[in-house]
Amino acid sequence: MDLPSPTLLLQIALCVYGLGAAGSLLALRREKMANLFGFGCAMVAACFGIGAGVLGLISGPGDARAAFELWPSLIPYLQLTVKLDPLGAFFVLIVSFLALALSVYSFGYVRGFYGRKSVGVLAAFYNALLLATTLVFTASNAFFFLIAWEIMALTAYCLVSFEHEKSETRSAGVLFFIMSHIGTGCLILGFLLLFQAAGAQSPGDYGFDTFRTLGDKLSPGRRDAAFLLFLFGFGVKAGIVPLHIWLPEAHPVAPSNVSALLSGVLIKTGIYGLTRVLFDFMGTPPNWWGVTVLTIGTISAVLGVLYALMEHDLKRLLAYHSIENIGIILMGLGASLMFLHTHHPVLATLALIAGLYHTINHAIFKALLFLGAGAVLHATHTRNMEEMGGLIKRMPKTAFFFLIGAVAISALPPLNGFVSEWLTYQSLLQGFGTTDSLVRLMFPLSGAMLALTGALAAACFVKAFGITFLAQPRSEQAAHAHEASPSMIVGMGVLTAACVFLGLFPTTFLRLLEPVTQQLIGQPLPAYLSRADGWVLGNTQELGGTVSTVGIALMGICLLPIPLVLWLLFGRRARVRIGPTWDCGLRGLTPQMEYTATGFSKPIRMIFKALFRPRREVQREYDYSPYFAKTLRFESHIEEAFVTRLYRPLNRGILRFSRRMRGLQAGSIQAYLIYIFITLVLLLMFAL
Amino acid sequence: MITLLSIILQTGLLLALAPLISGCIRNWKAKLQNRRGARVWQPYFDLVKFLRKDMVISEHASWIFRAMPYVLFISTLLAGLMMPLVHVSAPLSLFGGALAFVGLLALGRFFLALGGLDPASAFGGMGSSREMTIAAVAEPALMLAIFTVAITAGSTNLSQMLMAAQGPTWKLLNPAHVLAFAALFIVLLAETGRLPVDNPATHLELTMIHEAMILEYSGRYLALIEWSASIKQLVLMALLVNIFFPVGIATDPSPASMGLSLMWFLAKLLAIAGAVVLVETTNAKLRLFRVPDLLSAAFILATLALLSTFLFQ
Repeated sequence: MDLPSPTLLLQIALCVYGLGAAGSLLALRREKMANLFGFGCAMVAACFGIGAGVLGLISGPGDARAAFELWPSLIPYLQLTVKLDPLGAFFVLIVSFLALALSVYSFGYVRGFYGRKSVGVLAAFYNALLLATTLVFTASNAFFFLIAWEIMALTAYCLVSFEHEKSETRSAGVLFFIMSHIGTGCLILGFLLLFQAAGAQSPGDYGFDTFRTLGDKLSPGRRDAAFLLFLFGFGVKAGIVPLHIWLPEAHPVAPSNVSALLSGVLIKTGIYGLTRVLFDFMGTPPNWWGVTVLTIGTISAVLGVLYALMEHDLKRLLAYHSIENIGIILMGLGASLMFLHTHHPVLATLALIAGLYHTINHAIFKALLFLGAGAVLHATHTRNMEEMGGLIKRMPKTAFFFLIGAVAISALPPLNGFVSEWLTYQSLLQGFGTTDSLVRLMFPLSGAMLALTGALAAACFVKAFGITFLAQPRSEQAAHAHEASPSMIVGMGVLTAACVFLGLFPTTFLRLLEPVTQQLIGQPLPAYLSRADGWVLGNTQELGGTVSTVGIALMGICLLPIPLVLWLLFGRRARVRIGPTWDCGLRGLTPQMEYTATGFSKPIRMIFKALFRPRREVQREYDYSPYFAKTLRFESHIEEAFVTRLYRPLNRGILRFSRRMRGLQAGSIQAYLIYIFITLVLLLMFAL
Repeated sequence: MITLLSIILQTGLLLALAPLISGCIRNWKAKLQNRRGARVWQPYFDLVKFLRKDMVISEHASWIFRAMPYVLFISTLLAGLMMPLVHVSAPLSLFGGALAFVGLLALGRFFLALGGLDPASAFGGMGSSREMTIAAVAEPALMLAIFTVAITAGSTNLSQMLMAAQGPTWKLLNPAHVLAFAALFIVLLAETGRLPVDNPATHLELTMIHEAMILEYSGRYLALIEWSASIKQLVLMALLVNIFFPVGIATDPSPASMGLSLMWFLAKLLAIAGAVVLVETTNAKLRLFRVPDLLSAAFILATLALLSTFLFQ
């Protein structure tokens, strides 16, 4: 049987997303219809998208990958060219898979908005965002790419500000809007530099194919300028430190299904852009590019997880972890760029697939965690972890899924986070031998920082899971929480299964990445990557490190009889009694005596005091004895150094500047005429 | 078939030897403090006693509390099976090297900390919080020290690292290895909850770390946790002695050389246990917020080790 053409599937997916967007707007008044139709369309389109992604990866070059015009363009210089090449297909696969799970989840989740908010609007923008994101990954013309990019940013803005009654949401939305547009501005400049270098004449010159031939033709100065512009532009979207400040504001305030989409896919468009530009267009990179990307990645990873630890807002905590994981992805990409510079294509391939594998892994477990947080939010109506607790008994399935996500994101074996970080470690360690300069020390040191990140992430998720789901409920709402609806359970279950699959069978999935590495580096997968018929994952060397997560899991099951045999041998007569927790002789423990999320992270707050600069205020009132306080008020607050030291002064400076400039706009027509005249003279001088 | 046999033998060795090392350390510590101390076999009797005892489980606890001892026990055993003990190739060396080893220990710790939080007691939360913090600060030093050896050996596979150490170019007093060993020794003290980081003998609420987490555990769950803790100690010691002093380790599977290797292994283990005893009796427990200083010293040592591979290659 012939496989259907991936472009056909892509076209169907795009049409169905469009249909879903339009249809849910038409059904604005009828919430149930809008819900079913909008998210149903997204679900169907996502299935086609998955097909397009997988087939786009496995089908060979040729007609299947031909570019096509989405729409005959009426504007000169603008061609709506869409092309499903392997890199794009990989990202289409990510977005479509997430869209499938999220749409299933949304059926149940958006019922919480009935009678309160317009579900039709939500579903319409949701479909439009998926449509735009799919186009970003497949656009093969710079103009069209920027248009899709902008539609994506705008629809994302509308989704972030969906609950615009809250002032917190509005300000987060505006911050997102501004940062996103600063980024887009840089991208436009970057693409203009490339146009200029290509000597653009005909509309075809704006296509990505032209840029691909640019390569080393670019002059070094222009190439470096373009690199910095793209790094800034895509970096804003990816949320690298220090351009990340919008991310922990904007992602938590959106509805949880959208948060999952934003953290899972939207920030990955930045990674897609960087990969596309740096690996596909710009030829052999100079060394400092790789060094910069690796450094930024390391800093983002460590700072992201440190700030995440300080959060007790569950969704903000997850948003900070997105910054951490973007950092880990960039470590892979940065190392790959450095290997390309030193002409080690095999190692560059290993580092690239480490980055790309972490991209899909992060998309999946982060979406899973956001969906879990959404279910908790739905049940308790709060994002504050200090008011949760004991949810594992009230919502056992959600708790189980969240636990799997937590183990995966903490890079613990045998789940998928561990596998991609393992690949990253392997490429970093082998990097030591690729060069003789002092730069080689960067590899193991950033490896050590990756270890710090992993351990801190584990601490953070012990806190997130332990405080949220374990022990006694800390509030009335948490005590009366209820399990999520079946569609939400199914949505989370799909993602959990994907976490387990990608964790246990990495070699099966990594084979899909071969066309991508062929396209970007011209290399097949490293020869020793898949060993023992794919049961064991290796690296680039015969005697190099190996890991088999499936082997570990199976071996673990084989060892399970040991404790059971011990129990049968010795403890058969032992009885199990349920009793109260040891309370030091008090009359029972209350939830107030439990450890809090803030208390849990206190040692880390103290160790990294210099970074966090926590502000604390303690007020005590005494009656007569200085030992027994009558009332006690404690307040602790942490503000990000980037906000207080970098963005606030910048903001103030801009405002001051604009106030000065206001004098120019005095309202007198004569003055304006003079401005116009001066401008004209200046332009004429410039032109002549 | 040979693999299966070696898996069974190594599992047996881990299970049987681990309590003995704990017992020796306790006994020698008592001797150094002019006490008679319990016999070295005491941990075995303790384990059997715990296995026989009834259990009290907190009414607030969930299935995490019950699953934790099994996850901890099995992940620690798996980590132990990746470590070459008496033969140069570990039974599970194909399934994972140094990174999986560290990852499996971290998996056990993750669940241990969750088990501490589950019974809704403040002690458990305090223990979990401190355990995770110390582990987080120790991890970079641990990894960097392992990386230093891995880079010289050209592989993260523990058996390969040992194999490389068997080569003719290997030197006992290689500066990189000396520094990395010092770093790892500090990490060993922190990871196994020894003085000056944690006091294994204390039950004073405010100072304990490991004991605070497992305060609610009793009966066979406690036995599994204690056993895992001593297995973890054994494998971390094995990491130190076998990677840095690969003397006498068997390279062929004949019973004679294996027996000799086992003798060597025991001697090396007892030597490092003696070093731990000396450190424990001559040092006071550090304040919690002084521990990061100690561990950053370990990190600096590991960085120096790395630098010296760069300088003296």
